[in-house]
Amino acid sequence: MKRLLIALMTTTAAMSLAASAQAADKLKACWVYTGPIGDFGYSYQHDQGRLEVEKALGDKVETAYLENVSEGPDADRAFERLAREGCKIIFGTSFGFMDPEVKVAKKFPKVMFEHATGYKTGDNLGIYNARFYEGRYVLGQIAAKESKAGVAGYIVSFPIPEVVMGINSFMLGAQSINPNFKAKIVWVNSWFDPGKEADAAKALFDQGADIVVQHTDSTAALQVAEERKLHGFGQSSDMIKFAPNAQLTSLTDEWGPYYISRVQAALDGTWKPDNVWLGIKDGAVKLAPFTNMPDDVKAMAEATTKKISDGWNPFTGPVAKQDGTPWLKDGEVADDGTLLGMNFYVKGVDDKLPQ
Amino acid sequence: MDITVNILLTIATAATPLLIAAIGELVVERSGVLNLGVEGMMIMGAVGGFGAGYLTGSPWIGLLAAIAMGAVFSLLFAVMTLSLATNQVATGLSLTLLGLGLSGMMGTSFVGQPGERLPNLYIPVLTDIPVVGRLLFGQDPIFYISIALTAAVMWFLFKTRTGLTLRSIGDSHTSAHALGIKVIRYRYLSVIFGGACAGLAGGHLSLVYTPQWVENMSAGRGWIALALVVFASWRPWRVLAGAYIFGAVWIGQLHAQAFGIPVPSQLLSSLPYLATVVVLVLISRNKRLTMMNTPASLGQPFVPDR
Repeated sequence: MKRLLIALMTTTAAMSLAASAQAADKLKACWVYTGPIGDFGYSYQHDQGRLEVEKALGDKVETAYLENVSEGPDADRAFERLAREGCKIIFGTSFGFMDPEVKVAKKFPKVMFEHATGYKTGDNLGIYNARFYEGRYVLGQIAAKESKAGVAGYIVSFPIPEVVMGINSFMLGAQSINPNFKAKIVWVNSWFDPGKEADAAKALFDQGADIVVQHTDSTAALQVAEERKLHGFGQSSDMIKFAPNAQLTSLTDEWGPYYISRVQAALDGTWKPDNVWLGIKDGAVKLAPFTNMPDDVKAMAEATTKKISDGWNPFTGPVAKQDGTPWLKDGEVADDGTLLGMNFYVKGVDDKLPQ
Repeated sequence: MDITVNILLTIATAATPLLIAAIGELVVERSGVLNLGVEGMMIMGAVGGFGAGYLTGSPWIGLLAAIAMGAVFSLLFAVMTLSLATNQVATGLSLTLLGLGLSGMMGTSFVGQPGERLPNLYIPVLTDIPVVGRLLFGQDPIFYISIALTAAVMWFLFKTRTGLTLRSIGDSHTSAHALGIKVIRYRYLSVIFGGACAGLAGGHLSLVYTPQWVENMSAGRGWIALALVVFASWRPWRVLAGAYIFGAVWIGQLHAQAFGIPVPSQLLSSLPYLATVVVLVLISRNKRLTMMNTPASLGQPFVPDR
């Protein structure tokens, strides 16, 4: 009230002073999402992380976000706008924001930038990612155990390393149980089109797959599995409510702890650009409860999850590339650089990688 | 045989929302109004349909709510463009933007909730006939509505006096006005009909196609419907053909991928658009007939002089 009175009585200069004093009290943390926060998938999970930051740090922070920002020139403007509006730390949450963020980060050296799933860093630009492939290995093992046909349908968005890595890890997991396991792959060329995802699931089931895996965001494919009395895996969020009899487990993202630690570091003045790749052991990648499967499969899935959490990497040799040429020698573990730039399939994947 | 039936059923599901939205827009455009807000009305129908179905537990109430939502939302466009004579293109575009935003806001509490699905038709004996049974008597109710709607609009536009009047307004609103026809009233009703159809199409998305609510779930289908109307040169049966060609190629390319045909998936994904445009352009290659079908006063604001 007092501030209001002062502002009313004095000039605009005093008003802007009051405003900046208020801004200085709080650290403004901002997020840029590629999808709508209501997608119940990837962007939704990032936003849950933002809400956790608000909850954990309370009065000390103020948060803001921009959703539905398309990857490309539009993203430049989104990041620049947030930087000008006084955001002190900005998280860009999609691969396609990489170059725009690098560009804007150079323009605003005092603002802290973080980019998810990319590989370019800068003096004030850190990167973070989650090892989703760890969970996908477990999905592969479950699929191989549970599929009667020995064929899974795999719905994918775009041929970026993250997605290719996931397909490979899934196949390695499946082949560790059933060397003849096959996956039919359908590219929908979209992160988000529930109708198309449902159509893809129907096409895959019609062609003999009896388990569906997705690297897209909506619950549509699982709903089709539920209708057809078959099985599938959720993605990003626990989707059990949509498919109580079909969901085997769901690969979920938990960004909250990471966001809290980074915003806290920004508050303390200890923030430095880093390069982290969090996995099951950090709690950033989680598998929803194993359901609709026999106890022995469940025990196997839990054991594998624990093994990965203890430090084992699914990309441990011997692994051959799709054409049969050796990639990893016996016991050799793939380095992160190769994984992050992955543009080839491992042996047994029945698809030609779109280039 | 089973797989063929399944594929045909999938195609019908993919084509139905496009067909309904396009048929509605066709009537609007035949009356001389260009409403680019189809996507917005569709998504409002989707959120309204899902919400009502979810809250009452009845997908049938959801269906009615979807239609009502689309109609009410289109009224906004009607008031702006018809009573206030604003620019139709700009108003239509803002209707889409408003719909996408508003539906997201209205749907916040529905995110992550499974919805109600409209049950498929089931007639004992008839539905159980092999092959044709499920195709003819086992689909979702909105599929039957879409076919009936197309037939009804064809009959209305080309076999009734009111339909003729509507088309004459689309061709020349000034002449129609001079003849004493209530141009604005006809156009209001057309726009509301178009809105109701777009809402129903949206309801199909959230009550049949993928019974869930997620923001932007229409994913551009409103725009495809709009394009269909133009490429089908404002003829209902061509809209039907276009919607089904689009649906068939759309589903076909997914099957081609699952089958492992070594064609780049980006090319396959663009095929539905290419194929539909090519076929409809071939059908409408008679320039004179196309000119005749194009509503001449399409998109022009009309202000009665007295």
